[in-house]
Amino acid sequence: MAAGVATWLPFARAAAVGWLPLAKKTMPKPPVDKKSRNDEILFVNVSGLRFQTWKNTLDRYPDTLLGSSEKEFFYNEDTQEYFFDRDPEMFRHILNFYRTGKLHYPRQECIQAFDEELAFYGIVPDIIGDCCMEEYRDRKKENQERLAEDTEAEMATDTPLPPHSTSRERLWRAFENPHTSTMALVFYYVTGFFIAVSVIANVVETVPCRPPKGSKKDLPCGEKYSLAFFCMDTACVLIFTFEYLMRLFAAPSRCKFMRSVMSVIDVVAIMPYYIGLVMPENEDVSGAFVTLRVFRVFRIFKFSRHSQGLRILGYTLKSCASELGFLLFSLTMAIIIFATVMFYAEKGTKGTNFTSIPASFWYTIVTMTTLGYGDMVPNTIAGKIFGSICSLSGVLVIALPVPVIVSNFSRIYHQNQRADKMRAQQKVRLARIRLAKKGTTNAFLQFKEEVGFQDRDSDSALCLKNRSSFEHQHHHLLHCLEKTTNHEFTDELTFSEMCMTESVGYRTSRSTSISSHQGVSTSCCPRRAKRKAIRLANSTVSVSRGSVQELDTLQVHKTSAGPQSRSSLNARTEDLKLNCEDRDFTAAIISIPTPPANTPDESLPPSPAIPGILRNSRSTSFTHETVKISSL
Amino acid sequence: MSVRWETEGLQTVGIVCLVIMFLKLMHLLGLIDITETDSSDSDLELSTVRHQPEGLEQLQAQTKFTKKELQSLYRGFKNECPSGLVDEETFKTIYSQFFPQGDATTYAHFLFNAFDLDRNGSIRFEDFVIGLSVLLRGSVTEKLNWAFNLYDINKDGYITKEEMLLIMKSIYDMMGRYTYPSVRDEAPSEHVEKFFQKMDRNRDGVVTIEEFIETCQKDENIMNSMQLFENVI
Repeated sequence: MAAGVATWLPFARAAAVGWLPLAKKTMPKPPVDKKSRNDEILFVNVSGLRFQTWKNTLDRYPDTLLGSSEKEFFYNEDTQEYFFDRDPEMFRHILNFYRTGKLHYPRQECIQAFDEELAFYGIVPDIIGDCCMEEYRDRKKENQERLAEDTEAEMATDTPLPPHSTSRERLWRAFENPHTSTMALVFYYVTGFFIAVSVIANVVETVPCRPPKGSKKDLPCGEKYSLAFFCMDTACVLIFTFEYLMRLFAAPSRCKFMRSVMSVIDVVAIMPYYIGLVMPENEDVSGAFVTLRVFRVFRIFKFSRHSQGLRILGYTLKSCASELGFLLFSLTMAIIIFATVMFYAEKGTKGTNFTSIPASFWYTIVTMTTLGYGDMVPNTIAGKIFGSICSLSGVLVIALPVPVIVSNFSRIYHQNQRADKMRAQQKVRLARIRLAKKGTTNAFLQFKEEVGFQDRDSDSALCLKNRSSFEHQHHHLLHCLEKTTNHEFTDELTFSEMCMTESVGYRTSRSTSISSHQGVSTSCCPRRAKRKAIRLANSTVSVSRGSVQELDTLQVHKTSAGPQSRSSLNARTEDLKLNCEDRDFTAAIISIPTPPANTPDESLPPSPAIPGILRNSRSTSFTHETVKISSL
Repeated sequence: MSVRWETEGLQTVGIVCLVIMFLKLMHLLGLIDITETDSSDSDLELSTVRHQPEGLEQLQAQTKFTKKELQSLYRGFKNECPSGLVDEETFKTIYSQFFPQGDATTYAHFLFNAFDLDRNGSIRFEDFVIGLSVLLRGSVTEKLNWAFNLYDINKDGYITKEEMLLIMKSIYDMMGRYTYPSVRDEAPSEHVEKFFQKMDRNRDGVVTIEEFIETCQKDENIMNSMQLFENVI
C-alpha cells in the first residue's frame, strides 16, 4: 500500500465509530500496538553523508531493507546511527522514495549502478514513477542489448575451434569467418574476384564494339566476342555453383540455410545460366531468355557477404520498414490528390499532356520529388498554382521520414563499429586475463617454495614478501586443495612441456643472462627475476625432443657460494634447500613412470592430466618454471 | 462552355486557396490578429488554493491531542495534501483504498460531510483534527453526537427512515458482492427497520438526538464498544 494510505488508516479507523450504533454483532477487539507510538528521528550515514528521517517514513515499506529489521545489521552502536557504505548520491533517490512514495530515476546515473543500489536496498524497480519509467526502460533495454552484443561477439567468431570438430564444421566455420584460416581467406578473395569479373562482363557485354568487317551496324561486344564471354560466364558460374554446393554441404542446418537470403541470391544468380543451357535456341523462347539474363545482375548482391556496409544498409532498410511504409503511403495519397486536381485543371487546354488521371500521376511524381523533367507542363493558371503547391508539399512529405531512417542507420552502423572494435581488443583483453591468472599462479607457486622452506629448514631466513593477508589466505586455500587431491599446481609452460616430451638428453649451456644474475642481493625477489630469465632462456631453446619417457637427471649447481650452501648435487635431491640467495639451476625433468600415489615424501608433483608422467624431486615442484626440460 | 466554366472555376478556387493560406501565414507570424478569441493562454495561470492551519496552541486548546500528536498528525496530513485542503474527490479515493472489494464512495460522501464542519466543500486540517479528537478522545456523549451527525444527512436534527436507508445502503455497498452469506436486496431495509424499532421511542418515524443517545446509553454492547478505537493514534 502506498505511503498515503498508511497515513490515513488511523483516520479511517477512527471514523468506524460511526458504525458502532448500527452494529448487529459485537465488534472485535482492536490489535494491541506494543511499540511506542512516539515517532523518532533516525540517523542514516551513507558514506559520510548524514541523512535524517522519521522512523515512520522508513516503516512505510516494510519489505525493503530500510523498512524492516534488516537495517539493524547496519546499526553502529558507537555513533548511534545506521551506516551504509554505499553511494550517497543514489541514496538521496532511495530516501525520496520513502518520503514521497514515488521512485525517480536520475538521468545522469548509470543504469546498472542504479539497479544495483535498488537491489541492495530491496526496492523493486517496477515502482518507478511514470515520469521516469520510460527513460528507465529505454536505458535498460539499451544496456541489455549492448551486453548481449558483447557476449555474442565474444562467443561468436574468434573463439578457437572446439577440439573435436568434424571437417564439415570446420568447413562451415571457414565459410563464415574467412580470416580463420588461409585457405578460407584465399577462397573468399577468389569468389570476390569472380563476382566482380562476372558483373563487369555483364556490363561490358552490352557496349557497342566496332563491327566486324562487312557490316555497318555497331554490334554490342557480347555478340562479337560471344565465345569469350560465354567461357567467362561459364567459369564464373562454375565457381559460384561449387561454392554454393560446398556451403550447402557444410551448413549445420540445411533447411535454414536454403531459406536464408544469401542462398536465395546465390541461386538466383546462377539459375539463368543453367536455364539458358537447357533451353533450346528458339526465337520465341529467347525473349523470355533475355528476361532471365537480367537476373544475372543479382550477382552483385553476392558482394554483401564481402562488404559489411551493404549488410548494414540492408538491415537498416529492414528495420525502418514502418517509416518507409509511411512515406510510401503519404506519397501515394498526395499523388492521387494532386494528379486529380491537375487533370481537371488542365482538361480544357488543347493538346494537353494530361490526358487522364493516371497520366497525371507521372507529372505529380516528377514534381513532388523535385525532378522536373519538363515533359509535362501545366499551361493554365490554375494548373500552375496547383503545380507549385504540389512541388512544395512534395519536398515536405519526402523530407519527413528521412531523419528517422538516417538515425536508424547511424545507430546500427555505430553498433557494428563497436563490435569490430571489441573484437580487435579481444586479443588484448584475453592476454591480460591470462596474465592475471598466471600472476596468481606464480604467486602461489612462489608461496609454496617459501612454505617448503619453513617445512624443512627453520634456520633459513624467512623471506617474507610483501603479500597481503588476502594473498596469504588464498595461498593457504590452494595449498589445502592440493593436499586434498594429492596433486599439485603447475603452470602452463611446464605443463605443456611435459605434455610434449620428456626426453632431455642434453643440456644446453647456461645462458648468459643467468650468469648475469649471480650477484643479486639476498632478498627473495631475485628469484623471480632469475626465474624469468630462465624462462626466457628456455623459450629460446628449441624443442627438439622425442616423446619418449626417459629418465633424466636433475642437477642442481650452486654457483654462488653463499653462507647457507646446502645444495646437493646428486640426481635425486629431495632435500634441496632453496634459500634467498641466488642460485643457478641446471635441471631436467625426471620422468618416472610410477603411479602418482607414491610417497608423500617424494611428493611428486604430477601434472593433473598426465598420470603416468611424474616429476621427481620436490625441488622441482617449487621451481616449476625454472626447471624446464632442457637444462641450462 | 462547361469546359470554360470548369477551368475558370478551378482558377477561382486556386486563387481563393492561395489567399487563405497567405492569411493563415500572416496570422501565425503574428502580423494580423484574426478576431477570434484565443482563450488558451489564460489556463496557464494555475490558481493554487492553499490553506494554513491555525496555530498549534489554538488547536491544542480545541482538541484533546498533545502537541507531539498534533505535530505527527500534521506531518502526515501535509505530506498527503500539500495544499492543506482535502476535497471530496480525493477523500473518496483515499477512503476507497481501504475497501477494495466494494464501493465506498457513497459512504465516503457522507463521511466527508460529517467532517466538513463548515460545509465549504473541503476538509481543512482543523476539521480533520477536531473530528479525530472527538472520535478518539471524546466522551461517549460526544461520540454519539458525532454518529448522529453522520446519520443526519440534511443536518436538521432528525434522522428519517430515508436518510437511514441511504446510510445503510452505502455501508452495505462497501461490502461488495462477494460476501458470505450474500447480501440480499432487502438486507439494508431490514436493518433500518430494526434500528428504528430500537431507537424510535415515540414511534413518530424519526429519531431525535435525545432518543438516540438515550437508547445507546442503555445498550451495553454499544457502550462497551465505544472504547475500541481509542488507541488508534
